[in-house]
Amino acid sequence: MKTIILAAAAALTAGAALADGHAQTIRMGTEGAYAPYNFINDAGDVDGFEIELGNMLCEAAGYTCEWVTNEWDSIIPNLTSGNYDTIMAGMSITDERDEVIDFTQNYFPPTESNYVALSEDADLENGVIAAQVNTIQAGYVAESGATLLEFATYDETVAAVRNGEADAVFADADALMPTVEESGGELMIVGEGVPLGGGVGMGVRETDGEMREKFDAAITAMKEDGSLNELIVKWFGDDAPQY
Amino acid sequence: MFESCADPEALDGLAWLACYLTTGKHFAFYGAFGTVLLLLAVTAPLALLFGLAGAMATRAGFAPLRWLGQGYVALVRGVPDIALFLFFVIALDQGIEWIKHQAVCPDWSEPIRQGANFLVCPQAKVPLGTSPQWVHEAYGFSLAVFTFALVFGAFAANVLLGAMKAVPRGQVETALAYGMTPRQAFRRITFRQMWSYALPGLGNLWMILIKATPLLFLLGVEDIVYWARELGAAKTPRFSDYPHPDWRMWYFAALLVFYLAMTSVSERVLARLVARFARGQATAGGTT
Repeated sequence: MKTIILAAAAALTAGAALADGHAQTIRMGTEGAYAPYNFINDAGDVDGFEIELGNMLCEAAGYTCEWVTNEWDSIIPNLTSGNYDTIMAGMSITDERDEVIDFTQNYFPPTESNYVALSEDADLENGVIAAQVNTIQAGYVAESGATLLEFATYDETVAAVRNGEADAVFADADALMPTVEESGGELMIVGEGVPLGGGVGMGVRETDGEMREKFDAAITAMKEDGSLNELIVKWFGDDAPQY
Repeated sequence: MFESCADPEALDGLAWLACYLTTGKHFAFYGAFGTVLLLLAVTAPLALLFGLAGAMATRAGFAPLRWLGQGYVALVRGVPDIALFLFFVIALDQGIEWIKHQAVCPDWSEPIRQGANFLVCPQAKVPLGTSPQWVHEAYGFSLAVFTFALVFGAFAANVLLGAMKAVPRGQVETALAYGMTPRQAFRRITFRQMWSYALPGLGNLWMILIKATPLLFLLGVEDIVYWARELGAAKTPRFSDYPHPDWRMWYFAALLVFYLAMTSVSERVLARLVARFARGQATAGGTT
């Protein structure tokens, strides 16, 4: 906690040194359909690991933050065209994305992606695999030789497996875990996990170097004092990878 | 909403449903119906205005104005709606910001286009980055209304142009022979009577407009389709007090009922309008 306050104080003095000292408003883009990272709760507000983390980071970096939801498919183009200033949407850091936007260091460690299906003997090599469009998982399936079936949202990929449209769904283990646990044995993890991506990071425009450094510092502080781990355990459970 | 909703797990049947249907999320869904109706209410008159302007420009004696009208109608009618929606909104948004940038920040030295980024100075952002969220939403909605009106205006222009031409030439000539100026003849004869010929076509456009409102979703407005998909998706007890399996079918069925109700009411109103405007006309509809 102490470190956060220190980091906040440091960020604030740095901010005050700028031309205008008052808190800058940052618009935070997210998808709102990828629990537990981000989702819309019963009250109709954005909620989840990234929302809580993002608010803490903003406080530490001395920004006023406002959340905006955007379709996953157009989430990067809308960042570069300035509709919002950051992306926190369970987005894995990859080389392809890094060419278009910049990332902070990861705030969720690199994890495995898993196949989930209705039965153990689902055909993962040549069958039909559902994945969310424009994700590293979709890219992986496309190269694996299986038939890729893309959907706009995570929920639709799982629904496709339930109704038999796809043999299995391929997604982040952390998003799949709650789905599998709550399905009452209907869905199961099939095959081996595949490590993909460089962890989840916050996406910013390449020209916003200063903002990226502030958020980077805030993430470092939260990693060092263990508060990030607490947040990970809170949202992802004790088995989740930590720093 | 209700006090009994504090512990939804203990409820079942209708009590559960009453609580479920009154969550904040559902109110956002109901509000989205208002957004769609508002879009229709604002877009329809605006599109008609665009159509009138387009039709009159196309008929104008002044050649550049005529070319403008013809160009507008031909261009918009010829490009797929969805392409226009994706392209035009971005172009309009960036165009506004570019113009404001030239006016507000003449001393800005950095290039506006940097790779994939379109960066104007912070003071020229529309809306400003510091504006509250509702300003951003209202701005997005206005862009949507303008784009819808532009697209449907081009079709309306063609319908109205045909209707103007359908008004019997003899009547216009008679008006001129009585000493009316061409402008008076247009206002008193053509304009008054063209609606009878235009209504079936305009009615079609209205129906298509109703059915095109889900395109709002493409423009980033959270409309009924967005909320139906979000609410219908399977919910687990960990992230919701109201877990349920995949209910998208029921939500989309509700949308189906809504759109059918909208179009069937519209059909009835249109039929009355057609009858009203046909009265006294020397057409098959007017003599009955």
